[in-house]
Amino acid sequence: MSLFYLIPLLPFLGFAINGLAFPKLSKSVAGIIGTIPPLVAFALSLQLFLNFDGQAQIYTLAEWIKVGNLSIPFEFQVDQLSLLMLLIITGVGTLIHVYSMGYMAHDAGFGKFFAFLNLFVFFMLILVLGANFTVLFIGWEGVGLCSYLLIGFWNQKNSYGDAARKAFIMNRIGDLGFLVGIFLLIQNFNTTSYSVIFQEIAAGNVPENVGLIAFCLFIGAMGKSAQIPLFTWLPDAMAGPTPVSALIHAATMVTAGIYMVIRANVIFELSPEVLHFVGWIGLATALLGAAIGLFQNDIKKVLAYSTVSQLGYMFMGLGASAYTASFFHVMTHAFFKALLFLGAGSVIHAMSDEQDIRKMGGLKSKMPITYITFLLGTIAIAGIPPFAGFFSKDEILAHLYHHDFAMWCLAIVGSALTSFYMFRVFILTFFGDFRGTEAQAHHLHESPISMTFPLMVLAVLSVVGGLINLPHFAGGNEFLAHWLAPILPASGEASEVSFLSLEMGAPLLAAFLPAFFAIYLFGVQKSVPAADESITGIQKVIYNKFYIDELYDVIIVKPISVLGNFCSQVVEFLVIDLIVEGVGRIVAYASTEFRRIQTGNVGYYIFVMVLSIAVILAVSLRTWIL
Amino acid sequence: MLLLFILLFPLVLGAGLMLAKPSKPFAIALAGSIIEATAIAYALCPAESANLQFSQAWIPEAGISFTLWIDGINGILIGLTGLLIPFIIASTSNSDKSKNASYLGLILAMQTALLGAFLAKDAFLFYFFFEASLLPIYFLAAQYGGENRTAITFKFFVYTLFGSLFLLIALIYVYLRTPGETHSADIETLYLTARNLSAEHQGFLFLAFFIAFAIKMPVFPFHTWQPDTYTTSPVQGSMLLGGIMLKMGTYGMIRLVIPMFPLGIAQWGLSVSILAIIGIIYGSVIAIQQKDAKRLLAYSSFAHVGLMAAGIMTQSVDGIQGALYQMLSHGINLVGLFFVIEVIERRTKTRELAQLGGITQSSYVLTVAFIVLSLGSVALPLTNGFIGEFLLLKSVFDQEMYLGIISGITIILGAVYTLRLIQKSIFGNVSKVTKDFEDLLLGEKLVLIPLILLVILGGLFPQYVLSYSAASVEKLVALLN
Amino acid sequence: MQSIPEVLRTIPLTHYILFSSALFCIGILGVLTRRNAIIVFMAIELMLNAVNLLLAAFSSYYADPAGQIFVFFIMAVAAAEVAVGLAIIVMIYRNIQSIDIGVLNKIKN
Repeated sequence: MSLFYLIPLLPFLGFAINGLAFPKLSKSVAGIIGTIPPLVAFALSLQLFLNFDGQAQIYTLAEWIKVGNLSIPFEFQVDQLSLLMLLIITGVGTLIHVYSMGYMAHDAGFGKFFAFLNLFVFFMLILVLGANFTVLFIGWEGVGLCSYLLIGFWNQKNSYGDAARKAFIMNRIGDLGFLVGIFLLIQNFNTTSYSVIFQEIAAGNVPENVGLIAFCLFIGAMGKSAQIPLFTWLPDAMAGPTPVSALIHAATMVTAGIYMVIRANVIFELSPEVLHFVGWIGLATALLGAAIGLFQNDIKKVLAYSTVSQLGYMFMGLGASAYTASFFHVMTHAFFKALLFLGAGSVIHAMSDEQDIRKMGGLKSKMPITYITFLLGTIAIAGIPPFAGFFSKDEILAHLYHHDFAMWCLAIVGSALTSFYMFRVFILTFFGDFRGTEAQAHHLHESPISMTFPLMVLAVLSVVGGLINLPHFAGGNEFLAHWLAPILPASGEASEVSFLSLEMGAPLLAAFLPAFFAIYLFGVQKSVPAADESITGIQKVIYNKFYIDELYDVIIVKPISVLGNFCSQVVEFLVIDLIVEGVGRIVAYASTEFRRIQTGNVGYYIFVMVLSIAVILAVSLRTWIL
Repeated sequence: MLLLFILLFPLVLGAGLMLAKPSKPFAIALAGSIIEATAIAYALCPAESANLQFSQAWIPEAGISFTLWIDGINGILIGLTGLLIPFIIASTSNSDKSKNASYLGLILAMQTALLGAFLAKDAFLFYFFFEASLLPIYFLAAQYGGENRTAITFKFFVYTLFGSLFLLIALIYVYLRTPGETHSADIETLYLTARNLSAEHQGFLFLAFFIAFAIKMPVFPFHTWQPDTYTTSPVQGSMLLGGIMLKMGTYGMIRLVIPMFPLGIAQWGLSVSILAIIGIIYGSVIAIQQKDAKRLLAYSSFAHVGLMAAGIMTQSVDGIQGALYQMLSHGINLVGLFFVIEVIERRTKTRELAQLGGITQSSYVLTVAFIVLSLGSVALPLTNGFIGEFLLLKSVFDQEMYLGIISGITIILGAVYTLRLIQKSIFGNVSKVTKDFEDLLLGEKLVLIPLILLVILGGLFPQYVLSYSAASVEKLVALLN
Repeated sequence: MQSIPEVLRTIPLTHYILFSSALFCIGILGVLTRRNAIIVFMAIELMLNAVNLLLAAFSSYYADPAGQIFVFFIMAVAAAEVAVGLAIIVMIYRNIQSIDIGVLNKIKN
């Protein structure tokens, strides 16, 4: 047994202890028990990362499912990709655990919350460490479960429970696709191990239906990473406590889809049509998310749609085979989006659970640390250099420019929208006059150190995170690209560009202009978004998320419940049971009819007896006489 | 002799309880069922079961013998029966049923009937116990059931009996064609005889067998007795029905139908698979709309069984292994879920989802148990349900891709109705009836906690079970080629 | 001295047959038409005796004693039957104060 197994095991132990002892353990102890496992796991991952020799290592723990000649072991793989994911999960995870100690301090379910968080970290680690698609699937479904439990953490409220169920069920739709992908892989390779499958493919043993496999796997990614058409659960998932939104619905779980596609890049590379599809789905999601984000007034909803949109960017990158760029964006996004969510959480905490930005304003002076860190996050996500988001997003855009010009243009539009809505939220929250109630104003305060410390760490990462893959033209050495190169297809380097070209200039303009416009509109003119009732026209359509939820309700949810009612009330009783009971009825009817013969009159019986004897005699004598 | 002891011990104990009416029937019944479980565990050790076979002439003139045996396939079901009966008996604790010697006696008598059907190596012996099992469950449901119990139980009884007649006729038909002066009803002889029949005959015989087992499982559209019976029976009756008795149907399919009628399956197998898959979707869609928790579980069980049937009809190692594993997990999960609903009903006097809610605030263990068992039922990886469902779906998918995808919808719909059940019953706000919800008593915890552990262990270490049945299943499938 | 079979043979067989048939039919008609249980009983005895007579006649004509043995059997059974039957009729009379078989339709319900 190597120390490696401790990495997933520790969070599981944390979960087990906190889960079993939940009602009895005091909050401070529960918090510490919950936070230490990811921290130690982070240290262990770091040690693995530093000692990594470039050779993927596979740890086989035990046989799991063995049927016929199919064998699926519990096996784990440590390589370039999983190491980076390990660092993100345990690193950001630890920060968010620390943050939660402050954020959830007044919650009765404190220990339970940490138990769930640890369970999530455990499953997420299984997801990235798995050395075959089935073990990945354990984590894949497991994080879905934790997401369900944490979104519905305050389960007294029915709408939260509904959001949680929606998340789980939409994920399950994707999971079905993923499962089908696994079955197809088993059919073709009789295994789900990455190493075997990728070697077979490298050896030229390409299955005919490789496109279908890639497509099915991508359906799984659509569900988990909230892409069209399975994205509507993510904004609703904001019902969960804010640290959950930061950890699960921004930094880690939702990027599992991207991780999986990168992991299976060998398969995806073989099917250009699917990659094309991935790219366009990503683009459509990015634009849709950004457009809806424009007019949302709930601070977490804006961030949620922004996450949907950023995930879209990552898939766009994948569609253009820019795996490194996408992964780069996964990393920087984990930093700045976790930062923004935690910042929003800090604001919500101070505002006594108010989430509407129309009721905020002027928080700058009251919460300086939150203000500064949120500002850094906003700049990073808007793509303003030299912050982390700029480099990662720009790298995706650069690849798109060479891949598909139309996509590039649309992506620039999305980027402009992002910049606008992020600055809108930022200005409305922190500048201008306070628009909340007296009581809220009185209560305003900066969050405790346990909450501001993670903010500061993440802010630093959001600023300097771009250095990890700094392109050559900016003086970097493209560490990430070199690091990931062994597991990715050989790709042409993005060509050298200058800041003056269209390729470089347009994204910069798209980042700066909308930001200035938002600052002008909300900072200088001090306009405040209208109340819900007075929104009209196209704005209303967008504000109501293009009525997509309603659409799904009409075309999927309603028909299923109508079908269910129809089956249970009509088919069940009028068709099937009628036939079954009908047989019984016929027997009963026949017996009432035949019963009439039984008059009970003895004389009548004797008469029938005599008559019958006579008939029998006649019949038997007939043959005898003739 | 060990097998004979295993078979008869519960019956003797049960009859003793019914006649003597001792003052502590619960303790005696529970202790007896645990002794029985221990004996079964001993018999199931691979080293033991190979040379365990009990044989005694029964009706020698007709070549019918009283032969009991254990192999990898029935071993799983015998293990399931031995495992679940103590839980079912323990689940009466803290209710007045635990003082009712006749009630507990009937449960034990039921165990003998179930074990008999699984242990039998002679087809007529199988049939005998297949039918005999109706009696104890009939009395359990008809005497101790809920509203409208007489009519519903009567329907169940007649319906199953009706199906069994076809089985009997078909069995006799094959039996009369076995070689020898006195013929033989030994299962392996029947295999050889039936396989040599013409395709046309096999088709009819297949249908006759299928109807009997389809009613027992039940498979769409032979299921209309099931939701009512599950709902009306006392909870231990539902546990016996759903946890173990329906497995007689799936077991019969594996043990008799698959090896006997390969040509019959070639004709009808696809239609049966389609029926089973219609049942999966149909049951799930109805379950989504149910208002009564127990009825919801009944329909969910119906949907799960559909998948097992479809998997068995693939005649592949994956499918049969998956079905066997799923029988085990389904039994454990269903018994657990029925018990959770029972615990709620004892305290609130209702199973109406609309009236429940907020229970998680007063009972942590119940919440955990309910969620874990539900996760097993929706086949989350690392729970027992996943292993079976994964293999079953894979087998159906390998056989016919589109059928596999359609039956895969069960994992979505399963999540829909199960999460709805959780949401309505234990999440949300407390209602009038759940306001003073008492936490679990020790006896109730002792039932639920081992079941939770089984759900998780079953998901982590399926290998112990899968490898137990592997050789027998492979032998069975090899017969087909 | 003629033996009994010889005496019996002095009358032609057809006469026996016709006579027995007539007796039997009278018995049947009695059973069918009368409502008094005792008379029905007597009619049954009549039918039995018709058969007895015929058996005796055939027995002597074919010189086969089996027929006469049967007659004795039937007489013994008839005696037993009368004993049981009359007892039943007495019980019925005690219960419903009537021996009209038309009233005995309780089995219908």
